[in-house]
Amino acid sequence: MDKGLTSAIAANRFGLGARPGELATIGGSGPDWLRAQLDGPAPEIAGNGLQSSASILAQIYDLRRTIRAERLSATADGTDGGAGVPGSSGATGSVAASSATADSSAAAAAIGAFKKQGQLIRPIYVAEATARFRESVATDRPFVERLTHFWANHFAVSVDKAMLAGLAGSYEREAIRPYVLGNFTDMLLATERHPAMLLYLDNQISMGPDSRAAQNIARRNPDRRIGINENLARETMELHTVGVDGGYTQTDVTAFSEVLTGWSIAGPDGWRTGAQPGTFLFRAGMHQPGSDVVMGKRYPDTGYDQGVAVLRDLARRPATARFIATKLARHFIADDPPAPAVDRMAAAFSESGGDLPTVYRALIASPEAWQQPVGKYKTPSDFIVSSFRGLELPVRQDKAPVGLFQLLGQRIWSPGSPAGWPDRSADWDGASELLKRIEWADAVGQRVGSRRDAMDLAPQLLGSVLSAATREAVAHAESASQALALLLASPEFMRR
Amino acid sequence: MKRRQFLTTGALAAGGALLSSQVTFAGTAEGRKPRLVFVILRGALDGLSAVPACGDPGYAGLRGDLAIGKPGTDGGALALDGFFGLHPSLSFMQQSYTARELIVFHAVASPYRDRSHFDGQNVLETGYPQAHAVETGWLNRALAAIPSARAPERERGISIAPTAPLVMRGPAAVTSWSPSHLAPLDDDTLQRISDLYSHDPELGQKLAEALAAEAIADERAAGVASANGGADSADGAGGSMMDGQEEASDAMMASGAAPGQHARERPLLARRGKPGAQYAEVVQAAARFLRQEDGPQVAVFDTMGWDTHFNEGGAKGQLAARLATLDAALVGLKVGLGPVWNDTAILLATEFGRTVAENGTRGTDHGTATAAYLIGGAVKGGRVVADWPGLSARKLYQDRDLEPTLDLRAVMKGLLAEHLGVPERALESAVFPESGQVRPLRGLLRA
Repeated sequence: MDKGLTSAIAANRFGLGARPGELATIGGSGPDWLRAQLDGPAPEIAGNGLQSSASILAQIYDLRRTIRAERLSATADGTDGGAGVPGSSGATGSVAASSATADSSAAAAAIGAFKKQGQLIRPIYVAEATARFRESVATDRPFVERLTHFWANHFAVSVDKAMLAGLAGSYEREAIRPYVLGNFTDMLLATERHPAMLLYLDNQISMGPDSRAAQNIARRNPDRRIGINENLARETMELHTVGVDGGYTQTDVTAFSEVLTGWSIAGPDGWRTGAQPGTFLFRAGMHQPGSDVVMGKRYPDTGYDQGVAVLRDLARRPATARFIATKLARHFIADDPPAPAVDRMAAAFSESGGDLPTVYRALIASPEAWQQPVGKYKTPSDFIVSSFRGLELPVRQDKAPVGLFQLLGQRIWSPGSPAGWPDRSADWDGASELLKRIEWADAVGQRVGSRRDAMDLAPQLLGSVLSAATREAVAHAESASQALALLLASPEFMRR
Repeated sequence: MKRRQFLTTGALAAGGALLSSQVTFAGTAEGRKPRLVFVILRGALDGLSAVPACGDPGYAGLRGDLAIGKPGTDGGALALDGFFGLHPSLSFMQQSYTARELIVFHAVASPYRDRSHFDGQNVLETGYPQAHAVETGWLNRALAAIPSARAPERERGISIAPTAPLVMRGPAAVTSWSPSHLAPLDDDTLQRISDLYSHDPELGQKLAEALAAEAIADERAAGVASANGGADSADGAGGSMMDGQEEASDAMMASGAAPGQHARERPLLARRGKPGAQYAEVVQAAARFLRQEDGPQVAVFDTMGWDTHFNEGGAKGQLAARLATLDAALVGLKVGLGPVWNDTAILLATEFGRTVAENGTRGTDHGTATAAYLIGGAVKGGRVVADWPGLSARKLYQDRDLEPTLDLRAVMKGLLAEHLGVPERALESAVFPESGQVRPLRGLLRA
């Protein structure tokens, strides 16, 4: 391995983009630098104003309670029957007018409530996204931080669904970060139990047809359809563990979703049964009674533990090891993951029982990861973070940095589907997206170009990957601002 | 001792000696507030094309295809004083000359004698004789030295830019403003990026697609493309815009043939609006700030794209189009300033000039002496100030460039002293250190 190259590869492909001086620190021992990062503590982040999911959900419950109370007291005084409705003329007219008024005031109330919830949630999202962005720019363990983003994307939730904007950040801090350097099974259990995941995949209302709760509802209102939601079970198998070719059938999905009934969230009145509002709650009354057969194994009905048992077995399956190994190889090496690297990591996963640092060490030891000077096209997030790291740009407290991710096409925690952000170049190398990056690079150059020395930075950020063409272009730029723009727009900086 | 032609010709008879050891303080009439605009021309603007020395017998031969013809000829220069002309794109400048509101300085240079854009601009902005001596600019230090007659905390200067350029950094309180959206990408920067991508088929194609899509969407681009096209885009992108997509990718592929081959033979599809629109927003903002009664006295903004190594063009071409844009920007300033134009002086300067002769790619490389410009209602104009060294082969600086005979700091000192009232003591110490041998030019402004 060319030592001059390994530093650049370690910092830019495995890491989040070199900071000035980082390549010198790595000093040609790329693998050592990466392994050393695995020896530290879990990549937690804390910060002013970052709250727990439970606390956030409690606030949302309170808000809803307040809104409901306001609406009830509003309808209680006098907006009934159409009396005094302006413009009403005659009996029929006034009745029609009053119901129209009632409808429109209900709609207005709903919009008002939605806005208020947004006003509560938006600052939370901005604070969490900014904290995460700041960490990715400042961290001295960028390999671990990149892995954190990988796992948060593997067990993805998306903020385009109601309430998730307020929970995606705390979800990552609570269910992902503590386990990035731990065991896959622990992370799996933490994510599938987390209120954010349950809300995202609608499991909190999934009810077994033979459960006590379903029977109560059927007695009271036979026409009301209530039942199982398969989402969590399906995505857990298809996206989180064995993968779409993992050997499960529709029957398995149905069975697993019965197992997961009752996996829910404590509501505002949870205290009555000793559960903290906004935390995981197993609702036995919603759980489908009886044993279930999932992928050839029968699981007796042990309530909550039935689900845990299925999840543990899924995590242990060879298909899961292979699925995870393939995703890691695709993320770190190439769109078309090289088979030897996948094999190596799958074996490490299985033999260690899902010990993630063992799998990461197998990745580091894969020669395929160190061969190409540049490989994958950077995602917008990669591009932004590596620019901020390389230029030591400040991450400010206001909304602007978070909006930048949206501008370049990768709003933080907003993949739009449980499959998370895609991980192939073809998903990101759109023509107009490239132009936006170039325009942004130009704007950055205008803003800070005269305070940076692009010729000095280019080798510091790219090492041996820096091409003669780019070096010359930077050297011959007509201003310091333009030189910086050219560096950020260069082919070597567009890839990692 | 070389014989030089010493020129003080112009519409006005020269009043008094050009160089003087005395500097008068600015006599600001009651109620008049002098305004100064500094326009930085980044990239080394070719002074011999902007202000051709048509009367010099060596000019046409040395400049070759880049030469601008004499006034009165087809595509010829606009007349100035019988010896010098102005590039045909600079019509407003010529009108200002006739109206005695423009002084052109020629064979002028900063103390910098090397040829790096970064270092040259650093010297242009810091006002020091060497590059990277300080992190502050001469204009900011000058503002700090003006005795405060009114509210001393008022910000005296503004940069129309996302952040203050070096010339405006320093102890004096200044501010900056720029539009909140991303400013349009400069054509020159875009061209250089597409050159970089000529080594990368994937990125090159993507960029071409994006620009083609934009060009089809932007119908005005069709007009600009033909204006910018010049003689060399015969089979390039200046043609039909409607199959721009294929055409552009084709051009991109074709131009990426070999490393070192200059990819700029086909000018890119122009992306933004009509000529002159590029600086419209910046110029309107500057005028708006300067018109305010208790607003800043000084405004600064950048222009780019002057680094014409390839396909510079002569009376028509890339440089001609950019000069037209610059000229339009000055019109915009005058219109925007309204009556305040009469109290305004605009200084335009670049870090150095370009080679006298054409290079191997129909452009010019970095040079030394060049032209600078002072324009505005407050300027005592209608003349060219130049101690002309001549263009015969023996008289070129290092056998390639126009020889500098005037230090740009002389212009700046005279301007700061007479227009803004910067004390002489400050000019010689804080504002332009180590410049004792550079005497301020006197009489640049109307009384």
